[in-house]
Amino acid sequence: MDFFKRHFLVPLIAVLGLVALAYIGVKADLTFVFGVVIPYLAVLIFFEGLIFRIISWARSPVPFKIPSTCAQGKSLPWIKRSLADKLDNPENRLQVFGRMALEILTFRSLFRNTRSELQPNQEKPEDSRLIHWSYKWLWLGAIAFHYAFLIVILRHIRFFTQPVPHFVTALAEADGFVQFYIPTVYLTGVLLVVAVTYLLARRLYTPTLRYISLAADYFPLLLIMAIGLSGILMRYFYKVDIAAVKQLAVGLATLRPVVPDGIGVIFYIHLFLVCVLFAYFPFSKLMHAPGVFFSPSRNTAGDNRWKLHVNPWNYPVKFHDYMHQEDDYREAMIEAGLPVEKEK
Amino acid sequence: MDHNGNYKNEFGWFADKPKVPKKLFNFKAVFIGVVIFVVLVTSPLWKNLGQIIPGPDPQLNTAAIMKLPEKDRTCVESKEYMRANHMLLLGEWRDEVVRDANRDYVNSKGKKYLASLSNNCMECHSNKSQFCDQCHNYVAVVPNCWGCHWEKEKEKKQVAQSEAK
Repeated sequence: MDFFKRHFLVPLIAVLGLVALAYIGVKADLTFVFGVVIPYLAVLIFFEGLIFRIISWARSPVPFKIPSTCAQGKSLPWIKRSLADKLDNPENRLQVFGRMALEILTFRSLFRNTRSELQPNQEKPEDSRLIHWSYKWLWLGAIAFHYAFLIVILRHIRFFTQPVPHFVTALAEADGFVQFYIPTVYLTGVLLVVAVTYLLARRLYTPTLRYISLAADYFPLLLIMAIGLSGILMRYFYKVDIAAVKQLAVGLATLRPVVPDGIGVIFYIHLFLVCVLFAYFPFSKLMHAPGVFFSPSRNTAGDNRWKLHVNPWNYPVKFHDYMHQEDDYREAMIEAGLPVEKEK
Repeated sequence: MDHNGNYKNEFGWFADKPKVPKKLFNFKAVFIGVVIFVVLVTSPLWKNLGQIIPGPDPQLNTAAIMKLPEKDRTCVESKEYMRANHMLLLGEWRDEVVRDANRDYVNSKGKKYLASLSNNCMECHSNKSQFCDQCHNYVAVVPNCWGCHWEKEKEKKQVAQSEAK
């Protein structure tokens, strides 16, 4: 098996295997395991792993101050800085906050993404020219994916709360405003699957991307795609008794777990895949979510010129300066006629 | 190791191995961030924690149902099918009636029914607030049936209000 096949087929088989595992488990009457034990375990692993890794990151010192300076920094008073300059090269905490907010909420650095390609030179046909251009598709796919996923997750609050918070019902109403099909199609659910398909397709389609894509890149994409598809199948095609599903979810949320009878197997597949995603999260590239807050190139102010950053590694070094040198060799120096600072 | 605390290996002279302090850097910011995250994620669950939330309790004791003999107290399809699929069935009925003027529904056992929400379903289930709304409210579903279909319960009491809505 070549590199690509190994790195793509293994996660694909893994996801299909997880689906099969949940199917077999529920058919073997392990609904309590798949409905209660595994979800609690997954949530425990998620929080514990997340906090463990955040603490391990927080223990790592930042030896150098390395803010990325993407615009005109603070300089002489007559050099004007626009708001964009301040956000791309922040000088204080407030501006750092602005830069982080832009990064986290709008994926600013992905928006700056460029593509480079060799194109035939019209003037010299035997030559080619390197062209760079702004490439927004990745940004668009990423932002559609992340916000769709966020709204999908927020909509699921309706299963864990009673009464359902008003903002959740309002969100669901806005999401289903097309009033197409019964039950109403939620746009974000479809958008999530479309976006994750695009993010997967670009890794498969572009040779350079395929070359650097590993199993750890494909697995979360395939897993989230399977979660989205199983959710859509459950909502629109293979119906389950949704009131019973909510009883199970509320039971989990109130720490009084119950497993009602008669919930279709597709629900347990969906739930198991979500549990795997939760448990996998702290060990994977998905940790970019908390990781973005720890990026020194983004979260430090570009104030290197007027604030000293002390390397936390610094320890008192034993210096051996000239006076010590002279102390060591004074007599020999005087004997050789070399000038000394102190005679004795 | 020389008198300055520098040590030598096969590559030459090196300074002491850096002694990285064992502590959390930016403890305050990290702590606040983690707390905000945990609070945000768990906040919808606090109110009901440890409480027993009653499930939906659809009532089947309307006069029309009680009047039927015991063995005829069945819906157009099985209970399990209706629980999961009644909205699809109603959607099918709507399309059949509106597009083909076909008001007959033959169920899986071959029995014929009148395909009508107001004139068949709600003849037995006339108690919308104790039947339909129980599960719909429980899972926060807002079906748009009632935009057109008349609620018999309301008809008696508050016609003006429902029209105003």
